Amino acid sequence: MTMKKKQTIFMAAVLLLLLAASIAVDAALPSYHIAVKVIEKATVYALVAVSMNLLNGFTGLFSLGQAGFMLLGAYAYGILTIPVAKRESVYQYFDGGAIHFSLPEIFAGFLGEGVGSTVGMLAALLVGGLLAAVFAYLIGLPVLRLKSDYLAIATLGFAEILKAFFQWNALGPLTNGSNLLKSYPAFENATAYVLLAGVLITFIVLLINSTYGRAFKAIRDDEVAAEAMGINLAKHKRMSFIVSSFFAGIGGGMLAMYMGTIAAAPFKSTMTYEILLIVVIGGIGSITGSILASFLYIFSSEWLLRGLDSGTFLGINAPGIFKNGFRMAVFSVIIMVIVLFFRKGIMGDKELPDLLNRRPKQRKKGGAVK
Amino acid sequence: MREILPYIINGISVGGQYALIAIGYTLVYGILRLINFAHGDVFMVAGLVMVYATTALPMYIALPLVLAVTVLLGFLIERVAYKPLRNAPRMSVMISAIGVSYLIQNLAFYITGGVPQPVSTPIPWISNNVVVLGVSTKRVTLITPVLTILLVAVLVYLIKKTKIGMAMRAAAKDFEAAQLMGIKINSVISFTFVIGSFLAAVGAMLYFTNYPSVAITSGGMPGLKAFVAAVFGGIGSIPGAVVGAFIIGLCEELIKGIGYTTFSDAFTFALLIAVLCVKPTGLFGEKVTDKV
Repeated sequence: MTMKKKQTIFMAAVLLLLLAASIAVDAALPSYHIAVKVIEKATVYALVAVSMNLLNGFTGLFSLGQAGFMLLGAYAYGILTIPVAKRESVYQYFDGGAIHFSLPEIFAGFLGEGVGSTVGMLAALLVGGLLAAVFAYLIGLPVLRLKSDYLAIATLGFAEILKAFFQWNALGPLTNGSNLLKSYPAFENATAYVLLAGVLITFIVLLINSTYGRAFKAIRDDEVAAEAMGINLAKHKRMSFIVSSFFAGIGGGMLAMYMGTIAAAPFKSTMTYEILLIVVIGGIGSITGSILASFLYIFSSEWLLRGLDSGTFLGINAPGIFKNGFRMAVFSVIIMVIVLFFRKGIMGDKELPDLLNRRPKQRKKGGAVK
Repeated sequence: MREILPYIINGISVGGQYALIAIGYTLVYGILRLINFAHGDVFMVAGLVMVYATTALPMYIALPLVLAVTVLLGFLIERVAYKPLRNAPRMSVMISAIGVSYLIQNLAFYITGGVPQPVSTPIPWISNNVVVLGVSTKRVTLITPVLTILLVAVLVYLIKKTKIGMAMRAAAKDFEAAQLMGIKINSVISFTFVIGSFLAAVGAMLYFTNYPSVAITSGGMPGLKAFVAAVFGGIGSIPGAVVGAFIIGLCEELIKGIGYTTFSDAFTFALLIAVLCVKPTGLFGEKVTDKV
């Protein structure tokens, strides 16, 4: 019991430290500084990675539809928050679009400027998440009956279909066809991202530690045994799929904020692969692992490994885009090494406090950390 | 009829190209139960190598070179990324396949600088225009189905009549039992990847002749569609993959013909989801209980 208490205190301390760090970064650096951008993007990726881990790592459903659900969240957020005054210019090919309200402005009307627009933005994110959840329910009806690689390819296919739909011109008044959605409001500092993602990830952690979470893990470990113990397979799989998609949808909305413009093109399978690889690096079945890996991945790819672009590396002398390619090539080699030789990732299926408290008492488990 | 004829001819041609890729998926899936996510990227690399080789070398060296490089790539992928995971859970192998796909795309991005490489009549004779039934088209559209059928016939002969083909069938039937019977399973798997990559290389040469350029993402879509074709026809079955590919190619071009170009990709995946839910074994698939 005391151990559990210790772990809770430790975790709370880490979270407070993180929050303090992001507040400090916000205070010290301008909002366009790369450190702020890295924190923002890494936080969004952490949320999406954790939501994918809930499905792939804790329930054992190998789904590759994450980018599709993020796309839904992103578009819902953009469509609902573009200021009315700017709709004319954003939807210039579709006569100002079909929707003539903006949630932040509505809420600002009776809650005041600052609070109201924040509430409106959060509401738009929530709508994005709910939309993703509704789609997950519909898609789940046929698709969740499939297993392993068939589920993977079917969810991947679903994400591709969604992408095609959002680029369809007939839906233009809503989605702006293949043109960009822009001019929507976004959180102004990294702390807001960290706070929101922190709260959402806490929800996922609570779910995983509940009876439902234990049922998910039972399904992952042995479906037949789980069913024999009275767990309703279809219900729990559907629930995990819907919850995971809900958070992926919100993550998509936050990613839209980070990116500043929304188009269907970036939400392709490569994005899902990237998130999956983050989950693998962190350890399939470890929440803190996914978060750590997101920060590590975004920090390395956006900032640290930019050193490879310096031009002196291996004597490369070519335009920027060429050097960028080298960074990603090195990066994917590292990922392959992790996938092949350190299959447990950084954390295995352990969480951060587990490692600190239990390690001295346990026998050494070969390769548990690496 | 005159309006839709070009689309039908194109559809048959595209179908043939998908068929050549789909065989790679279906063979590998038959033996390893693995969706080789990197297969589409192998196809893309073949296209890139073709662009580079045909601009620098004479035709009679360039084309064999494309085949050799692609086959080598397929062989290496299997040895490096899949063989060490032979006894690992299926999820690990699939993640490894996704990792390889990511790696190949990033390497290709690095080599090409991210710029789509223009295809300028790499193989002159097959890019010439001909007129069939009053429709003008490139010669490659006519060659593709013929060549596909020919290669498939050779492949079917190989699998039905030769010793290595028998070993492949045994491995697909029962992986462990085949090993116990003294079949060198690793060389059989390598051989499977070699065949798959060879056909993908042929497919790439035909496919990219019709396109203005090869980009690093060019392999993704044809790869996924070919996989859908393999599932549609019944994964593990070669005639199934070919028939599935021709049907998908035709449907896709006809959908483009009636003006819904945006949905030609979506249709393929809708078909996939429908097939998986209604008849998971596909058109010609064997009944395997652990699939769905």
